[in-house]
Amino acid sequence: MNRDNSKGKVLILRTLVWGGIQLLLLLVIVARLVYLQVYEADKYKTMSEENRISSRILVPPRGVIFDRNGVPLADNKQNFQAMLVAEQTNSVDRTIEQFKKLMPLSESEEARVRRDLKRYRRFVPIKLKEGLNWEEVSKILLATREMAGVVVDDGLSRSYPFGKQTAHVLGYVAAVSEEDLTKDNDPLLETPGFKIGKIGLEKRYEKTLRGKGGNLKLEVNAVGRVMKEIEREDGESGKPLNLTLDSRLQQKAYELFGEQSGAAVLMDVNSGEILMFISMPSYDSNDFVQGVSQDVYNALLYDEKQPLINKAIAGRYSPGSTFKMMVALAALEAGVITKDTRVGCSGKLNFGNHLFHCWKKTGHGALNVVEALQHSCDVFFYEVAHRVGIDRIAAMARRFGLGAQTALKFDDEKAGVIPDRAWKLANLGESWQGGETLIAGIGQGYVLTTPIQLAVMTARIANGGKMVEPSLTKVSPKKIAKFKDMGINPVHMALIKEGMCSVVNRPGGTALMSAFDYKGKKMCGKTGTTQVKRITMKERQTGIVRQEDTPWKYRNHALFVGYAPHDNPKYAVAVLVEHGGGGSSVAAPIASKLLKEALILDEENE
Amino acid sequence: MYKFYKTGFRNPNLSFKEKWNNINFTYFFFIFMLAAVGVLMLYSAANGNWNVWALKHAVRFATGVFFMGILVFVDIKVFLHYAYYFYAISLLLLIVVEVAGHTGMGATRWINLGFMKLQPSELMKIALVLALAKYFHSTTLQNIETIRGIIPPLLMALVPAGLIMIQPDLGTGAMLLMTTGVILFVVGVQIWKFAAIGIGVAALMPIAWHFLHDYQRQRVLTFLNPERDPLGAGYHIMQSKIALGSGGVFGKGFLSGTQSHLNFLPEKHTDFIFTMLSEEFGIIGALAVIIINFLILLYSYSFALKTTSYFAKLTIIGLSTNYFLYIFINIAMVLGLIPVVGVPLPMISYGGTVMLSVMASFGIIMAMYVNKDTNLGKD
Repeated sequence: MNRDNSKGKVLILRTLVWGGIQLLLLLVIVARLVYLQVYEADKYKTMSEENRISSRILVPPRGVIFDRNGVPLADNKQNFQAMLVAEQTNSVDRTIEQFKKLMPLSESEEARVRRDLKRYRRFVPIKLKEGLNWEEVSKILLATREMAGVVVDDGLSRSYPFGKQTAHVLGYVAAVSEEDLTKDNDPLLETPGFKIGKIGLEKRYEKTLRGKGGNLKLEVNAVGRVMKEIEREDGESGKPLNLTLDSRLQQKAYELFGEQSGAAVLMDVNSGEILMFISMPSYDSNDFVQGVSQDVYNALLYDEKQPLINKAIAGRYSPGSTFKMMVALAALEAGVITKDTRVGCSGKLNFGNHLFHCWKKTGHGALNVVEALQHSCDVFFYEVAHRVGIDRIAAMARRFGLGAQTALKFDDEKAGVIPDRAWKLANLGESWQGGETLIAGIGQGYVLTTPIQLAVMTARIANGGKMVEPSLTKVSPKKIAKFKDMGINPVHMALIKEGMCSVVNRPGGTALMSAFDYKGKKMCGKTGTTQVKRITMKERQTGIVRQEDTPWKYRNHALFVGYAPHDNPKYAVAVLVEHGGGGSSVAAPIASKLLKEALILDEENE
Repeated sequence: MYKFYKTGFRNPNLSFKEKWNNINFTYFFFIFMLAAVGVLMLYSAANGNWNVWALKHAVRFATGVFFMGILVFVDIKVFLHYAYYFYAISLLLLIVVEVAGHTGMGATRWINLGFMKLQPSELMKIALVLALAKYFHSTTLQNIETIRGIIPPLLMALVPAGLIMIQPDLGTGAMLLMTTGVILFVVGVQIWKFAAIGIGVAALMPIAWHFLHDYQRQRVLTFLNPERDPLGAGYHIMQSKIALGSGGVFGKGFLSGTQSHLNFLPEKHTDFIFTMLSEEFGIIGALAVIIINFLILLYSYSFALKTTSYFAKLTIIGLSTNYFLYIFINIAMVLGLIPVVGVPLPMISYGGTVMLSVMASFGIIMAMYVNKDTNLGKD
């Protein structure tokens, strides 16, 4: 009995110990609960919200780009796209296979789809194919039962109604690259299928055109299905961009160039507003929106006419005879010549040990500055350049905007070169040679300018020496009033203008063939023909080979700068035709037709 | 038949009225409260629908109360007398299931009785406690303290535990062994023997690892490092912790647990129901359930102290221990303290067998208390 009693006592004692252990274990649970639900609650609340809420970005429509008359140059058009929603299908692979039977997917397209499938969550629609027409849309809709997860969505895609006519100035939008993501942390860029401006105005005005993305917060369940909308924050549409371009002039220029290569800019001489801006040959901006294939891109990249280069701002050319106004002005301002100073031309000039030729073998006889411009006499400008010196010529050219980037601020704009003694020493480490001044005097040698610079120079001559800046957007009268006067003697300016008007309108002028008289409004200007290849002594003796017989890339560049009307200038133009031949025969007719068209359109608008 | 007669059916110690007066209704009230919480949580788990689980749960509780009612009035002498028979039948059923499982299709854990599925492993939990209680009731402390004395009870536990584990139902098998361990401890088996077994088990661990099923190994590995595979096996634990933690102090409100209702939380109506409760009612709701369970256990152990017979005491301790293990393993599992082993939270989780076996246990505990003054002597 005693033993039994102790058996009961052991049981009670041990049970109390076990009860204590249980109590301890329950306290561990309570402690853990406190830790999770009180101490770490905020962390888990955040994680729970992240689980529950899926944010989607509402893509704003991109700002439309208009020309000066409200004609859309870059628009958003309805774009039917076939999308794949991974969560709605049991087998993504089978769906893609089915889709390919209906509509072929290229290897790169499929690779992109597979990459996007990995990149985004299962409920995010991934683009399979875009730009579908009605027939394709109905084909897909009829087959959706066999292709679980494929939906048709109508989004917006960028469209350029004028395509090649506006390609270089507008640029284009295209898919976001990894590099873009590192530069810009706007969440819109992470949206599948989003496109940003890659070049041209689309890039330059990206911020305002893009708008602000909206935010949509959705409650999703564990498999990603949307349960309800929690919050919607509407974004802002991209702001429209109103340009000063005139689509009709763009079209005219495009047609005038035809197959020829080059660039042209037409601007208002007082405001600097650009009405026409073209680089030829061109590409179609629309092709780049959906992404061009490597083959097409390579064909553009390696084309000897370089369609991808915006030659109006990035093409550097010798200005040739169009530079003679700068030489003449520098000389007049320096007082080394007057309006009556005459220089005799015998067709050549001996300087140092070199013989410098005039384009006219037989010579021009004695000419004053106006006549020299009219006939584009080289010997006159060799002599005058020598008298005034390179540094003063360079200073004058720079005042007129040559050799520096303009106010357009395109990334790919080139500065060109206006050489002087200091430049040569700094860049080539050699001192300036006297003969080089002579070569510069006819706008060749080291001198390199872009077509836009030549247009600005011409505008500054035409407006009587005001430092007008080019602009693709409307320029306010206040800003126009701020353009400074360069302070050049008006008498000298008048002489230069007289020379330019003689080029076109006086017998013997180099652009006489391109003259027009539209209701008393005439054009003034200056031709230029620049050598791409040096003319050898042998060629001079045997007679220069005809341009038509030399290979395209060795032919001369043709230039023309001009303005109109002659008495009260309104528009300035610069035309460059690469390897086109003579400035008077090729570039002047284009410039003439463009200026006349601008005047006609002006009248229509009134 | 005479013995049957003698042991109480025809000649009970207490009259029906005496038994009725001895029933502890507070204890029953706690059980009822847990079942009510279960019904509410199952209503929520079905996104506010009574018909999916909640009503069935209520019906099962009612059934359970019926069985409980019968068991409460069974004389303690009947339990003592039939303990080994009951154990033998349970073991036989386990073997049947095992054989059927191997000859039939895949792993089977139950016998279909038509109106319900009988899980012999659940029967065994009760049968083993009664059998061990009877064994130790009938033996002396000296015998308990010899190795020979504990070989029969060890065999009584190891055979069914082994059968259950190869089903494979690791959780139930382990619970059976743990309950046995606790019983051996409370009856007075020396501590050094436990230490010896502990060392032995530790030495056998690598061998046991070899015999584990792949998904069981995954569970252990995932437990050791839940972030190892956040979208695979560790997903459940991670989502459970997020649900619990995000519930905070006051919870997200009834029917408003986002983790639960958006299906981030798996098995929310069974093993992870405590998580859902904690998400919707916060730590306040979680503590309330823990406190009710604590009270049930407290009452159970006080019953054990108040009963006269060794058999009654040990039966209550064994069954309470079993209940405690359910509670602790389930909650510790959803809190990420132990691996996910698939043990439900009794009375609250949806699932008929466990509810019935637990309610049968409560019925037996209450019956022991009803007979608290009965001296069974040494049988």
